[in-house]
Amino acid sequence: MNDSPLSVYQDLVPPMTDLQASAEANRCLFCYDAACTRACPTSIDIPGFIRGIATGNLTGAATTIFAENILGGTCGRVCPTETLCEQACVRTTAEDRPVAIGRLQRYATDAMITSGRQPFERAPATGKTVAVVGAGPAGLSCAHRLALLGHQVSLYDAKPKAGGLNEYGLAAYKMADDFAAREVAFVLGIGGITLYPEHRLGHEITLDGLRQTHDAVFLAIGLGGNNRLSIPGEDLSGVEDATAFIERLRQSPPSAPPAVPETVVVIGGGNTAIDAAIQAKRLGAAEVTLVYRRGREQMKATGWEQELALTSGVILRTFAEPRRMDGDGHVQTITFERTTLSDGRLTGTGSTLTLPADLVLKAVGQTLLTGALAGIAVQGGKIVVDDAAQTSIPGVYAGGDCIASGEDLTVQAVEDGKRAAHAIDATLRLSALTAA
Amino acid sequence: MADLRCTIAGIRSPNPFWLASAPPTDKALNVVRAYQAGWGGVVWKTLGEDPPVVNVSSRYGAHMDTERRILGINNIELISDRPLEVNLQEIAQVKKDWPERALVVSLMARMEESAWVELVRKIEATGADGLELNLGCPHGMCERGMGSAIGQVPEMVENVTRWVKNATRMPVIVKLTPNITNILWSAEAAKRGGADAVALINTVNSIVSVDLDAMAPTPTVDGKGTHGGYCGPAVKPIALNMVAEISRNPFTAGIPISGIGGISTWRDAAEFIALGAHGVQVCTAAMTYGFRIVEDMISGLSNFLDSKGMDSLEPLIGAAVKNVVNWNDLNMNFSTKAVIDQDACIDCGRCHIVCEDTSHQAIRISAGEGRRVFTVEPDDCVGCNLCSHVCPVPSCITMQPEPATQPPLTWTRHPQNPFRQTAPETV
Repeated sequence: MNDSPLSVYQDLVPPMTDLQASAEANRCLFCYDAACTRACPTSIDIPGFIRGIATGNLTGAATTIFAENILGGTCGRVCPTETLCEQACVRTTAEDRPVAIGRLQRYATDAMITSGRQPFERAPATGKTVAVVGAGPAGLSCAHRLALLGHQVSLYDAKPKAGGLNEYGLAAYKMADDFAAREVAFVLGIGGITLYPEHRLGHEITLDGLRQTHDAVFLAIGLGGNNRLSIPGEDLSGVEDATAFIERLRQSPPSAPPAVPETVVVIGGGNTAIDAAIQAKRLGAAEVTLVYRRGREQMKATGWEQELALTSGVILRTFAEPRRMDGDGHVQTITFERTTLSDGRLTGTGSTLTLPADLVLKAVGQTLLTGALAGIAVQGGKIVVDDAAQTSIPGVYAGGDCIASGEDLTVQAVEDGKRAAHAIDATLRLSALTAA
Repeated sequence: MADLRCTIAGIRSPNPFWLASAPPTDKALNVVRAYQAGWGGVVWKTLGEDPPVVNVSSRYGAHMDTERRILGINNIELISDRPLEVNLQEIAQVKKDWPERALVVSLMARMEESAWVELVRKIEATGADGLELNLGCPHGMCERGMGSAIGQVPEMVENVTRWVKNATRMPVIVKLTPNITNILWSAEAAKRGGADAVALINTVNSIVSVDLDAMAPTPTVDGKGTHGGYCGPAVKPIALNMVAEISRNPFTAGIPISGIGGISTWRDAAEFIALGAHGVQVCTAAMTYGFRIVEDMISGLSNFLDSKGMDSLEPLIGAAVKNVVNWNDLNMNFSTKAVIDQDACIDCGRCHIVCEDTSHQAIRISAGEGRRVFTVEPDDCVGCNLCSHVCPVPSCITMQPEPATQPPLTWTRHPQNPFRQTAPETV
């Protein structure tokens, strides 16, 4: 019996009503040089947009958000606000409850996206063209800003749909009602961006080719590979990358969600692991166990995400590292060795734990696929960029999860794309001046 | 985006949001910061004759709601306490550096023509865009025969305005005090004197609170307090009425008005403009949050005009004036009834108890599923609105007009009016 009645496709946090938004907006103290804005990777003027909500200037509020973060709609839904803006909110000092910035942001941005209006007009055409590879958050952000600044953008993506992880990777309950697709339509609505889906770097397009046909190239290719556990039994059927599982359920219509078996084990300690576990539970799995080799404090998933997993009925097991999986063609059990941390080092204790599993989801990190990067400098599994977001190849820029700019968050990717767009714009304008 | 450009008495500014003559406009540093933040204009803090006044320590008192939001500020600060020459030099420089922003200079002097004329000539030499005569300061200066001591006597208002108009080519805005019985007397006097515009309201005479330990009014200066000038959101209704009175009074109708009084948001500004103001001045909101509040004011007003299909301020100016009438001209056959949205009701019971205790006993309580249900008995409801105002949920209680069953009837012709007009009304 599934004790979680909520559909995986149902909004985890419902949109605010007008009354809720008005009451919450009036809690904002309109701080100067506000801590929340400083904590936002995209530096949204948070008190500014909240004042717009409070005064009934919803268009102005949304415009303020989109000026810094064109994917403010997604970020309002998925940002770990508990570690960013809301953690910094000064209201917490006296009341232990920050202003609900994320939900207010969603309230304001949803209003404009639903209205079908555009917040900005493009600058006069520059005659310059830029290729953006990857239509995820970094690529969309960069493409939009470049188009805004008057450039013509070719936006390529390997997948049939644009959106990247917003479309294929985030939890369904955070992106209800096909929001990723609606947001992509909003972003492309500025004009000047031509989308080329199912164009893979190294197949339909190449870096060299793009450099020849465009004035600049922005790589926002994300992390296309998944880490392996490299343990016996990993290739049994019923063992799957968590990202593939999430993609499968995100692409299923809510009327026909993918089936999950009774017993699911998720390996990992990041938000992908949490997302996979909660979604498996909401899809009807009787028992979902998330196993992490270290403790809860070491998990990359925020405390809020961990709590959400627990209240969703997910069993959290820590200090156990997978050693083998067994089954007759299909996985039946997974065996862990218990671990301990001493002086920061993880060591096995020799004691083991075996759990039944009909489905094992691996969420132990993703990797950069370098095959089509034509020798671009890579360090620590990330593309190397300078302060202007430029790679080791002149005219080729990069941002998002494929570079080491900060945490691998949607909001960071948006900032990377925006900053790269301005760097590209400055270079192209300078070259235009030099040419003239 | 609608065009927010504004003209008052020939003085142009890129938007209608000016900072009022007050501490925020005391010196070049603040004024430049205001321009940088986006304010369309400023009225420089009132200049007087040298030697400069001396201010006291502790100058503001505040009236707050229970969540420490400022509803009103009371101040006992006087006019600029800096040497006249310093102010004049700064004004000249700022105007030179910011030619497209409005820079109006406030001034006050004794009730002597020569004193006013001398000040006016000095200010005119700065290149400022206009003058605002401070005939309203209700503390300190009035005890020396200036400010509201002049503004409260229509003849003096007229004389001062005429002296200044005769002495200058600059547009002259006369700033009016609300501490009078009828704003029209001073507004008409200003017009007779030749004023190009009026600005209102100045601050309201007030004691904002009493320190019950010191047993003295606040702000307290060495154990004593004094009445001061009250401003901020709490005075907005007083100001709106006075603006409307000037707009609909035949003699003063059409005179450009710079609206002042508790304007904190674009919506407040729109209301003043709808009642006939050509532009607005702000002080308390800036003193509460800083200059950046103007960003939402500009964006909000522009978006509002867009939403109404107005491409400039022009169609908004005075748009509500025709609907401000005397009580006697209201339709007594109109009826509206409160309706409670049961889905929005949170079961607090306040509508019931205020109606029961203090109004017309029209809201009934019945038992619902796990909660009380409040319903309005239309036969008892007089449409007073009290319940809709005390309801903590916006739009939960709405007033819904009943279909008209009889032609409009005003008190002027009402059968119960012993002095009713019997002849047909002439239009």
